[in-house]
Amino acid sequence: MDMDWMAWTAPTAIFFLCIALMLAGMTVWEVVSPTVEAKGFLPMRTTRGDRLFIGLLGSAFIHLGWLAATDVSLWGAFAVSLLWIALVIRFG
Amino acid sequence: MDKVQDNRAWFLIIPVFLIVAFSAVIPLMTVVNYSVQEIFGPGQTFFVGTEWFEAVLKDERLHDALVRQIVYSLAVLAIEIPLGILIALGMPGGRSAKTSLTLVLLALPLLIPFNVVGTIWQIFGRGDIGLLGATFRAIGIDYNYTSNSAHAWVTVLVMDVWHWTSLVALLCYAGLQSIPPAFYQAAKIDGASKWAVFRYIQLPKMRGVLIIAVLLRFMDSFMIYTEPFVLTGGGPGNSTTFLSQYLTQMAVGQFDIGKAAAFSIVYFLIVLLFSFIFYTIITRTGEGEKK
Repeated sequence: MDMDWMAWTAPTAIFFLCIALMLAGMTVWEVVSPTVEAKGFLPMRTTRGDRLFIGLLGSAFIHLGWLAATDVSLWGAFAVSLLWIALVIRFG
Repeated sequence: MDKVQDNRAWFLIIPVFLIVAFSAVIPLMTVVNYSVQEIFGPGQTFFVGTEWFEAVLKDERLHDALVRQIVYSLAVLAIEIPLGILIALGMPGGRSAKTSLTLVLLALPLLIPFNVVGTIWQIFGRGDIGLLGATFRAIGIDYNYTSNSAHAWVTVLVMDVWHWTSLVALLCYAGLQSIPPAFYQAAKIDGASKWAVFRYIQLPKMRGVLIIAVLLRFMDSFMIYTEPFVLTGGGPGNSTTFLSQYLTQMAVGQFDIGKAAAFSIVYFLIVLLFSFIFYTIITRTGEGEKK
């Protein structure tokens, strides 16, 4: 099937592959060990999936904020985002 | 006896999964792909990295449109939600001709196509032939939504309230009708005031429908396009140019597909963020009371 109209690029393909792997991983994790709602530093009780969503949404805004505020390489925003996701998943 | 797990039910979600994939996921993926490229035509694309995102995030007109959009959506919620609740509380209950008539009257604005609503208000507000414009002029107010930004703003806002408050009212009415009469009888025995009945019985019971109402009205008003486009065309100046209109100008008017795609993603993330915040606040409100 011709997928030219979707204008794929290597970086966006890797991005979506990571998202898909993340979702698959979360599904397997859920089957192996079902999530329990927990209360951390976030203002509400959250499941593992909620924390991943908050982590990813926050990461998107960290990248946008980084682009808007600085000319420093975007890898900096990526590092901050990884830290943010780890924090939310573990202590959120 | 242990319950037998039948996982064949999972196959039933395949049609929904396919529809969502074709109508939402694949188009969104395409937009993400476009947002990092300069698009000249089919097969003529050049990778530009985050250039479009930088351009969009540093665009002053976009900042103005975003502020305008947030103020507009918050104003819509601040007016339509309390007004909808008030109307629902005042509606006749039970099965009667009065109830049916009220429901039909309330549903009428919802049946009118968006561009027709814009046209109705465009004529309604005109000083020369419109009832609203002529009335304002007759009482000495120099109302002109085509040249005065404040007038244009208020007209767009009132038009939205006119069009959509009945949706909130109908949702709240459905919520109110689901309250068993025993709750009201118990409140009467306890001598509860009208306010106490509203605060401790009606409002908590309407929480589910209010979540839907707030999210629907927020997302709809945040994506508003047709009505202000028909009514004011985004003017005077850019005073009623909201995000979707600016996006359309970029994508269709200037054929700046890459930049418009980057803009769409930022737009999508903002809607997602606000919806998540509203959803969290509303679902959390009253959780303490249930315990």
